[in-house]
Amino acid sequence: MAVEARPVHLAPSADFVPARAAKIIRDIPMAPALVLALLLFTAVFAGLLAPHDPTIPISGAGAGVFTPPFWMAGGNINVPLGTDFQGRDVLSRLIYGARVTLMVAVTGTAVAGGIGMFLGVLAGYFGGWADQAIMRLTDAWLALPSLVFAIFLAALLQEKINQVAFFLPPGVGNIILVFGLIYWTRYARVIRGEVLSLRERDYVRLAQVAGLRQSKIIIRHIVPNVLNTWMVLASLTVGVVIITEASLSFLGLGVSPPTPAWGNMLSEARRTLMAGQWWLTVLPGICISVVVLAANLFGDWLRVKLDPKQRNL
Amino acid sequence: MRTYILRRLGYSAISLVLLSMTIFFLIRLTGDPARLMVGPGGQPEDIERTRVEWGLDRSWPEQYMSFVRNLAAGDFGTSFQYRLSVRELYAERLPFSLQLATAGMLISLCIGIPLGIITAVKVDTFWDTICKVIAMLGLSAPGFFVGLLMIIVFAVNLRWLPASGSGTILHLIMPSLALGWYFAASMLRLTRSSMLDVLDSEYVKLARLKGVPERIVIAKHAFKNALIPVLTLAGINFVIMINVAVIIETIFAWPGIGRLLFEGIQNRDFPVVQGVVILAGLMIVTVNLCVDLLYAVIDPRIRYS
Repeated sequence: MAVEARPVHLAPSADFVPARAAKIIRDIPMAPALVLALLLFTAVFAGLLAPHDPTIPISGAGAGVFTPPFWMAGGNINVPLGTDFQGRDVLSRLIYGARVTLMVAVTGTAVAGGIGMFLGVLAGYFGGWADQAIMRLTDAWLALPSLVFAIFLAALLQEKINQVAFFLPPGVGNIILVFGLIYWTRYARVIRGEVLSLRERDYVRLAQVAGLRQSKIIIRHIVPNVLNTWMVLASLTVGVVIITEASLSFLGLGVSPPTPAWGNMLSEARRTLMAGQWWLTVLPGICISVVVLAANLFGDWLRVKLDPKQRNL
Repeated sequence: MRTYILRRLGYSAISLVLLSMTIFFLIRLTGDPARLMVGPGGQPEDIERTRVEWGLDRSWPEQYMSFVRNLAAGDFGTSFQYRLSVRELYAERLPFSLQLATAGMLISLCIGIPLGIITAVKVDTFWDTICKVIAMLGLSAPGFFVGLLMIIVFAVNLRWLPASGSGTILHLIMPSLALGWYFAASMLRLTRSSMLDVLDSEYVKLARLKGVPERIVIAKHAFKNALIPVLTLAGINFVIMINVAVIIETIFAWPGIGRLLFEGIQNRDFPVVQGVVILAGLMIVTVNLCVDLLYAVIDPRIRYS
């Protein structure tokens, strides 16, 4: 029986790249992406969106402390989500709070990721005593629950508040530094593992034999190959960072008042918790939960997308 | 096996030394403890006197060595504020934290394990989705927010439960729910993935082929084996719960270790802070060591790798 072989066309089609981009966009989970986009938009345009100054008690219609949201008796549409114990507009504070959340989440994750990437690659690529030293340090760091460590560091840094300020609102610089110092361990450990196996690959060996400089090998051949893992880790860290920021601010160790942050709004609301002004607690809490939920869902999607091994987790 | 145990012991010891050094030097890098003790507006003579009194005039390595010697003797220093030894303060608070952690643990197990099994058995169905949503909510809504919400609902509006304090079982309900909430979600996820792994294994397939009823396959063959990593995590979580309940203890005025840490920070009471943090590290290193050794006993592959 004759078998007829048909030629198979494997040449990349011209629309390959756009189709792929379109597919990725179609695959992005819509709801989390929308929430995150909204957060970005709100944070960037906080100045334009907020109806009032978030730090000054408002005057005019709806002025006064503890005005409830507009749908409740005594509410005023001028302050749609009510006012807090100082008579500041809750909506405006939530909008500006988004800015702090975004700043801390992105920078905190990036600083931690940067340190982790650096140390992880160093340990994995060079091995030997550098590896031992870095990994033992990682172990030591991981021996503390991150919240306890964060509280400890934040408390120490509070003495030096504003010294790590740069152009950031008071307290934000400190928090970013704290996150950088705490969350690098998870990156370092995982990335080291990956680099250990990458180091043995033929193309890395070849580059070494060909006499390429170590720094070049690392930048050209190692780092691009661990970026996937890095992104997965980063996306999963974002949620934790946001919650920890809120926790620190709640304890008064994070963003310093009067700068609005969702965590310190919750902290201020706590003083009047028993008096029935529930919106002061519920609204910032919902903001935190929704953003963290979106970040986690997005991170999960990214993980499945980039790392098939972890789909069952 | 001996080499493995020795190496693991060595690593744990190194971790603890590095941890104590980090804590010790960080405190000193961020400020002179003597200045903190005297407080703002202290005279230079006062600061100098305190420095000599607490041995802070010696070099850092010398101070560190005496710090370690005291630690080894179980002396964690004396609280600036209470003028009591940190060990006594800790011992006073520990039972409360143990209570809270135990209750939180039970809650996380009771929610996490059954739901985890359901999602694994009914994978990719409506129930799976529901449980995934619960897990996601658990990981996303911070425990302290859940705690505050419960206060609003159950203490302020319904007046069923006391909003703060300790003493009765009623006082324990809300804090332990708020604490167990997050851990239930992680327990659920681990149970699910562990069950999925086991359900995929050869012996489960064999049991099914033999015609064992599905209910028994799941309860007897799968669940029992899937339980090992789950219980390990439970053990580690228990130790973590003892130490990280800071905010929940603050919200509910629960007199545990977390509150001790927080009050220590508010009052700049560094021996307390240092003691609590080091003890937390010690507990976690010990638990991790035990888990690793236990696994090495169970699974020879770990020993030789």
